[in-house]
Amino acid sequence: MALSGVQIFKLLPKTNCKKCGHPTCLAFAMKLAQRQVSLDLCPDVSEEAKKVLGEASAPPIRSVTLGAGDKAVKMGEETVLFRHDKTFVNQCAFAVEVKDTMSADEINAVVDQVLGSEIERVGQKLRIDAIFVSNASGDAGKFEAAVKAIAAKAPEVPLILSTTNPAAAEASVKAVAANKPLLYGANKSNVDAMASVAKTHKVSLGVAAEDLDGLTELTDKIKELGVEDMVLDSGARTAKEIMRDNTYIRRAALKKGNKSVGYPVITFAQRDDVMLETLIASLGVMKYASIIVMSSIDRWKSLALFTLRQNIYTNPQVPLQVKQDIYKLGTPTSDAPLLITSNFSLTYFIVSGEIEGSKVPVRLAVLDTEGLSVLTGWAAGKFTAAKIAQFIQESGIEKEISHKELIIPGYVAILSGSIEDKLPGWKITVGPREANGLPAFLKARTN
Amino acid sequence: MAFTAPNETFGGKVFQIDAGIDKKIVFGGEDVLPFHLFEGNVPNRPVVAYEIQDVPPEDWPETIKKVYEGVSGDPVTWAKYCQDKLNAKAIALRLIGTHPDRQNRSPEDAAKTVKDVLAAISIPLIILGSNHVEKDAAILLAAAEAAKDKNCFLGKAQEENYKTIAAACMANNLKLIAMSQLDINLSKQLNILITQMGFEKENLVTDPMCSGLGYGLDYTYSVMERIRLAALTQNDATMQMPMLADVGMNAWKAKEAIATEAELPIGGVLEQRAIAWEAVTATALMIAGSEILIMRHPEAVKAVEKFIDELM
Repeated sequence: MALSGVQIFKLLPKTNCKKCGHPTCLAFAMKLAQRQVSLDLCPDVSEEAKKVLGEASAPPIRSVTLGAGDKAVKMGEETVLFRHDKTFVNQCAFAVEVKDTMSADEINAVVDQVLGSEIERVGQKLRIDAIFVSNASGDAGKFEAAVKAIAAKAPEVPLILSTTNPAAAEASVKAVAANKPLLYGANKSNVDAMASVAKTHKVSLGVAAEDLDGLTELTDKIKELGVEDMVLDSGARTAKEIMRDNTYIRRAALKKGNKSVGYPVITFAQRDDVMLETLIASLGVMKYASIIVMSSIDRWKSLALFTLRQNIYTNPQVPLQVKQDIYKLGTPTSDAPLLITSNFSLTYFIVSGEIEGSKVPVRLAVLDTEGLSVLTGWAAGKFTAAKIAQFIQESGIEKEISHKELIIPGYVAILSGSIEDKLPGWKITVGPREANGLPAFLKARTN
Repeated sequence: MAFTAPNETFGGKVFQIDAGIDKKIVFGGEDVLPFHLFEGNVPNRPVVAYEIQDVPPEDWPETIKKVYEGVSGDPVTWAKYCQDKLNAKAIALRLIGTHPDRQNRSPEDAAKTVKDVLAAISIPLIILGSNHVEKDAAILLAAAEAAKDKNCFLGKAQEENYKTIAAACMANNLKLIAMSQLDINLSKQLNILITQMGFEKENLVTDPMCSGLGYGLDYTYSVMERIRLAALTQNDATMQMPMLADVGMNAWKAKEAIATEAELPIGGVLEQRAIAWEAVTATALMIAGSEILIMRHPEAVKAVEKFIDELM
């Protein structure tokens, strides 16, 4: 829990020596409480104060990184329970399970799928983030061979190495230690040996408990053993358990300052029914998982989950925006209608959806209104005659089309005269107010 | 050290509501956040209603249209198919053919369709207009008379037409769905306006306006979460109505539910993609707080029901 300025003051030397650059220890303590300065500025602080203050100033959910390099995934550091309060910080990672009992060809096929999973949606690059390698065979040699083969083929993809056998853990972690894999599988019977492997190779440790009590005991013990970076598995497997444990963990860390569970969470979604697996993974996206392990990653499934993750992790205060451009919907000929709208993604999606539904090919000009809708953009001076005229002129669209008619949203009918003034030779037509009026409007024009 | 469960209990509770005569559906009634069975009472599971319409679904994408081939030509056959073959718990009849841009069917046509469907099924019926505010006032008035005393839901009442529709509900002993435009305050305001007419707040369902996965789902999700939090933490009786998610019509509008694999190679197989689009949209909105969902594809419904089984 965060300490108050007065609580911090009590831990300082109280000499008012000014070496930290502040007039008094109390002033320094106040700044520390607001997390505006670092404790390092005080040359005389005691070891005990460092320990207490260091713990108090740590984020409630520890930052842990999965993997190394460009494809590394940052996890943890979350600050809220609900996305409308503040943007969720670090997007959850999607991982696919590969078992060391699978044939080399089968393993290769999954790795290929992961490597080819990257897509772009609304300006973001999305991909399957990690491979979860499980020691299903129980054989250390087989496991090491599988891990090495995957790392050789996909050296940049973060790995989660799942085994409860410390000897298998040691060999496989050693082989790929530079990639900073997550070693998953410290439980109550192997905890000392697994913590030792994680500590030796400086990798993070996944903690596999049977319930939340057991989880707390394990993380406390592992911390004592000198491993700080952990990922939590409370043992939750059904949707009901995932909902309960992930909520408890997030709440306890954020609202109760419970450091024992202040770590990222791994959620297992594997099901025989792939559609159900998709929904369990969806639950993980919404309810606080940092890693979601799945048994397969077909493209349709990845696309749905990427999209959900984007929806959940987007900043609720800053609307998603579409790039300013003139978009072709269908295959418009040179005499197809030209419409204009704002770049608020919701506006764009609804308008383009209605147009596509109408099957009438058009060109849709999307003006950068900084993510405001048409009417709000107009009121805020972002959807104005001058901006529309400038955009149309600079777009060079005049050379591409055989007419000079621009259809504007009905809500800004008032702009039609001034746009005509600023775009000589153009005819401005007022379209429907709502997007759902577009199909009828467009069809009436073609008839 | 043992883990201390950080349970939270609230002062408020969502109203419980039912529909139907012979085979009833009941939803709402929980006094905690969605599916928080570990800290309170969640007496009912969310209900999925199958969407049908008064006219053949010519505008539905191929993947969903083909599921109802042979039965969707007539709403009675379609409704019976959902009830008898798909084991639907409820039917949502959308009178889309009454829209002036569609067949512009009359209030009399709508009333007859409602009567015929009601006569053919024993499960509860949700009667929906075409979302044309002027036309809906007339259509839903006629539909309400046709459904008198059948304990149906009627909607959607909006700011522009709620008076007529709410009055029709009261006169015919029906329950009402009130839709506002993706804003917690507008939703609250419409609930207040409707209850000020003397409409019982316990007979009201809120539709904060649904959106599909990738197409504004984030807005609906947060508006629903905020409505539910207000209902529970502030014990605000004007926000304690169960929430409706009109999932099918939004999910099946998405490009991802329509485009073939050739048109959208990053999306993989169309059929599964489209089903997932509907099922994931429904799942997200249930987690956000929706208790009654209107859906189209039987496979999406099946997955969602299995998911609820695991959650409850």
